[in-house]
Amino acid sequence: MALAMVNVTASVLDWASSYFDAPTRAVVFGVPIDGHLVVEALLVVVILFQLTRKSYKPPKKPLTEKEIDELCDDWVPEPLTPQITEDMTYEPPTLESAAGPHAIVNGKEVVNFASANYLGLVGNEKITDSCVGALEKYGVGSCGPRGFYGTIDVHLDCEQKIAKFLGTPDSILYSYGISTIFSVIPAFCKKGDIIVADEGVHWAVQNGLYLSRSTVVYFKHNDMKSLENKLEEVTRRSKHPEKVRRYIVVEAIYQNSGQIAPLDEIVRLKEKYRFRIILDESHSFGVLGNSGRGLADHCGVPIEKIDIITAGMGNALATDGGFCTGSVRVVDHQRLSSSGYVFSASLPPYLASAAIAAVDYLEENPSVLSKLRTNIATLFNELSDVPGLVLASHILSPIVFLKLKKSTGTGKTDIDLLDSIAKQALEEDSVLIATTKRSSLDKCKLPIGLRLFVSASHSESDLLKAAASLKRVAALVIS
Amino acid sequence: MVRLPYLTALTTLFSYGILFVFGHLRDFFRKIFDWSKSNNLQGYAPICLGYEDFYTRRLYLRIQDCFGRPISSAPDSWFDVVERYSNDNNKTLHRTEKTTKCLNLGSYNYLGFAAADEYCTPRVIESLKQYSVSTCSTRVDGGTTKLHTELEELVARFVGKPAAVLFGMGYVTNSAIIPALIGKGGLIISDSLNHNSIVNGARGSGATVRVFQHNNAPHLEEVLREQIAHGQPRTHRPWKKIIVIIEGIYSMEGELCKLPEIIAVCKKYKVYTYLDEAHSIGAVGQTGRGVCELLGVDTADIDIMMGTFTKSFGSCGGYIAASKEIIQHLKRTCPAHLYATSMSPPAVQQVISAMKVILGEDGTNRGAKKLAQIRENSNFFRSELQKMGFEVLGDNDSPIMPIMLYNPAKIPAFSRECLHQNVAIVTVAFPATPLLLARARICISAAHSREDLIKALEVISKVGDLVGIKYFPVEPVKPNKVKHLKKIE
Repeated sequence: MALAMVNVTASVLDWASSYFDAPTRAVVFGVPIDGHLVVEALLVVVILFQLTRKSYKPPKKPLTEKEIDELCDDWVPEPLTPQITEDMTYEPPTLESAAGPHAIVNGKEVVNFASANYLGLVGNEKITDSCVGALEKYGVGSCGPRGFYGTIDVHLDCEQKIAKFLGTPDSILYSYGISTIFSVIPAFCKKGDIIVADEGVHWAVQNGLYLSRSTVVYFKHNDMKSLENKLEEVTRRSKHPEKVRRYIVVEAIYQNSGQIAPLDEIVRLKEKYRFRIILDESHSFGVLGNSGRGLADHCGVPIEKIDIITAGMGNALATDGGFCTGSVRVVDHQRLSSSGYVFSASLPPYLASAAIAAVDYLEENPSVLSKLRTNIATLFNELSDVPGLVLASHILSPIVFLKLKKSTGTGKTDIDLLDSIAKQALEEDSVLIATTKRSSLDKCKLPIGLRLFVSASHSESDLLKAAASLKRVAALVIS
Repeated sequence: MVRLPYLTALTTLFSYGILFVFGHLRDFFRKIFDWSKSNNLQGYAPICLGYEDFYTRRLYLRIQDCFGRPISSAPDSWFDVVERYSNDNNKTLHRTEKTTKCLNLGSYNYLGFAAADEYCTPRVIESLKQYSVSTCSTRVDGGTTKLHTELEELVARFVGKPAAVLFGMGYVTNSAIIPALIGKGGLIISDSLNHNSIVNGARGSGATVRVFQHNNAPHLEEVLREQIAHGQPRTHRPWKKIIVIIEGIYSMEGELCKLPEIIAVCKKYKVYTYLDEAHSIGAVGQTGRGVCELLGVDTADIDIMMGTFTKSFGSCGGYIAASKEIIQHLKRTCPAHLYATSMSPPAVQQVISAMKVILGEDGTNRGAKKLAQIRENSNFFRSELQKMGFEVLGDNDSPIMPIMLYNPAKIPAFSRECLHQNVAIVTVAFPATPLLLARARICISAAHSREDLIKALEVISKVGDLVGIKYFPVEPVKPNKVKHLKKIE
């Protein structure tokens, strides 16, 4: 049996090898046709056939005109603004006189704690005179952006005066307070840069951070430990330190809480981790420091260590507009790439001359600063025991911030409570106080409260009157 | 529309090419020379990396003296330009005490309110003494004065809408209002040549932004149909709302927008419209009410009308006029209203007085005369320039006239030569305009008299011949043509 198998296999193998060893069957065009060539030719034919077949894709059907018409008819847009309910209408008090320490509202004289008139320059004779001169010479508006004949010599004088006062090489003027910071930040920070900012910064800074498209990391409000942790984290993760610009953005006096930033700590951290500082001094310029030069003077930090300082002039200097100072490179860069400077009309000349007069006044009368400090201390003392409210601002801050000791539950009822306190204080005791109002676009999570802006021209009786009124009204309302 | 001849395009590209090559060569040598000097940045990244500020350093600084010229008087029809000198080839400029009196063809002074006015200035000084320079407070806290409420009512009446709200600066008006109206899930369709403030506001709002071709209503319809049909990108959910943003007069072209066609398209597709009348309010229209009056569009068809007071009213600030509900909503949510210092009271008074003059409520007809004067002046100037062979853009009745220069070398040549002949001109180049389309822009004012305009035309014609910008053939002067010198005083 096995022998038969062996014989069959041997004969098959013999036949196969004889077949393949046989001389070539045909010679076509000089090419001998072997058996394997036939197989290869068949394979090539099959491959070509598959390649020419269309691959399977579900067919694309674009929308027809009729379908687009139907979709457009069906689409219903939301109303442009939400419905206004009765309790949403709020009319602010209308002033009928200058916003000094005593103002006239609705025919009555009130004590005004709602104006950030820190040095009492509203209504100052010298400033009014210089404005009248400027109005008669230059008219009101400047009718053009800085690049196209909108630069008036008072602008250049004002920039030099501010730079000399602060001790920096140069400065640049903007035409509106809040547009300063949200034009400066996108001019220096682009996509791919890293910014570490305080979570309590106000809306204009948040808008600037958003427009800059950089990576933003927030640290806990005024907490240096949290800042150090965030800086450490960011430095560890960053790949090309030579190509990425890094900034710390803080405010000197936060207008959402009245806290003061500890600048010497921040400068130490900045030098350790190689960051640059952008400091917004809107509420501390003309207030802090022995000569009113701001937070750097107050903390004893040399001004060269702060890279960019911005400030709005609508507070202590009692005019409008803003400025930014720093090194020559910083200022020159903004003259071409800061959108709020290049694409907008320049500051009206009478406001620039008012700023020059205000800085002159501050240089000549540094005693007004000590008067302001005494006023703040008095008010702080008096307000330390208001029922239901607790002081949340720094002891040296001219914004005295009171927040609710215990929240009522929802944000809305908190706002209503504070509004009723302010309303009663105005109507019954003639004291004008401001509550913090938050826009729905604002991302700040700090608690709201009552704000009193202390001025150097408030008298002691004004302060005592305000404190007594608050204590009385708060006791009535929060019970 | 700009018709760019091929030869001019080639020569302009060639000029820019040479400038770029020289700039790069200088950068290269600068790098070699600075290799030896120690780098004192010590681990910080430089403020401008690489070629980010190449244009500024190598192109703009060469012609820096044509921009930012300081003046030392009011920006009226004639003003004093301060002379400047430079010791280091235009890198830094220093002021001198000397001034030259020049004819002002650059300031936005359409109705002549820029300098001290006999009706406005005494009232402004009075309000300054009563309300002082600034209120130091926001509008909602304690910064609203009687003047502000009066002006809001007056603006609403002037523009033709139920209510209005004021802001202290025109740029901030756009940047802070658009985020309050529309957010994520909405669509903004804006004209391709819109102003930087609108672009910033649209970006800051978080909505998707699409652009349609300048002044092209059929293209707008195409974009709208496509966007509504496809919905939001990637999720294809329907859009929450759509806003179309256009301007009344485009400041770099001098063109009026095709308002009736665009409004018809927007009404058909149920989208909201936002009209920015920064340059047209007070300057065009029979009674100065802007582009709606000029083109015959009902103000109720436009949802939101925005404008500024800087150009025609000689003050500062901006406004929004819309229905009462929209204004109430904006007063509660707009950050510029809640956080920014309120407008300075003397500036408010200036606008009130200027509007009263325009409306004729001050008892004289100076307003009507000014409006007729600016229309006359613009049309006369434009037709004369076109006759001389310049390429002038813009429509009739618009007070802005750009003259095309194209070549980068002609920009400083034109500007400096005109200044030597005591005419102050504004020249605009990249990045405010496209790279190849540099131009000189003229703004006519009602304060210019016919003699001023004739002098300006002479100077511009002479300088135009020197510089070589008369791209079109000159119209032959017809014999025995009597020129009517009608002057309205």
